[in-house]
Amino acid sequence: MYVNQFLFLGAILFCIGVYGVLARRNGVMILMSVEIMLNAVNINLVAFGAMWHAGDIANMSGQVFALFVIAIAAAEVSVGLAIVLMIYRNRQSIDVSELDLMKG
Amino acid sequence: MLALLVAQNIAFYVIAALMVFGAIRVVTCTNLVHAALWLVLVLSGMAAQYILLAAEFVAVTQVLVYIGAIVVLFLFGIMLTRAGTGLDGGLDNPRPAKITAGVIGVGLLGVLGYALWDGWKDQEFGPIAVQRTAQVSDSIFSTFLIPFWVISVLLLVALIGAIVLVRRD
Repeated sequence: MYVNQFLFLGAILFCIGVYGVLARRNGVMILMSVEIMLNAVNINLVAFGAMWHAGDIANMSGQVFALFVIAIAAAEVSVGLAIVLMIYRNRQSIDVSELDLMKG
Repeated sequence: MLALLVAQNIAFYVIAALMVFGAIRVVTCTNLVHAALWLVLVLSGMAAQYILLAAEFVAVTQVLVYIGAIVVLFLFGIMLTRAGTGLDGGLDNPRPAKITAGVIGVGLLGVLGYALWDGWKDQEFGPIAVQRTAQVSDSIFSTFLIPFWVISVLLLVALIGAIVLVRRD
């Protein structure tokens, strides 16, 4: 298998996630697109981890960083959904294009 | 050995096609609950790719944390914001913004693809050794001990922050 197979899969998924963040205006959908982007980064980390592990059997950095990213993603989605719920409670809508309070 | 490689390649491309299709459905479909279920397809495909890379512990963690916890959290979020009943209008930005987003996505893919091809052309993995869970834990609890502590505190902070944000008083 080529290293680039996995890197290109990650790049394609990342770009789909970027499209989702820019094209959606529902708060929950934006968070889902962010999850796709985080996963796309993770597959790069694990692929590089496997590549270095083949050369140096004690090198597990790729997997450890992937686990850290998974933990960060869990924290991010819990706080993000709490913010979305609070916005819904205050405005009865989670349309992010209506959140223009700080617009100049 | 060659037969194994061919099988791995076929598995990779089948799962990758499913994942890309699922991801496109996540960002285009008009029903929030369906989008969350397509997200499950993407996440479980990712776990399968980790298995192909012989990263067993990350694959199991992916299933437990993402499919077990985060997707359920998304479904709760969808239901609590009353957006999951049938077809929902107003999920997407207007058409000009979507076209701009598509152009940005394709342009970014072009740049990334050029950089990746320039950097790793047709480098092979070589023999992928199984990366055992014991090795992962050895690495976390020696080299990465301080980042591990920081992550623990961060999870606690996120927990408290989420509770404080949604309290009603």
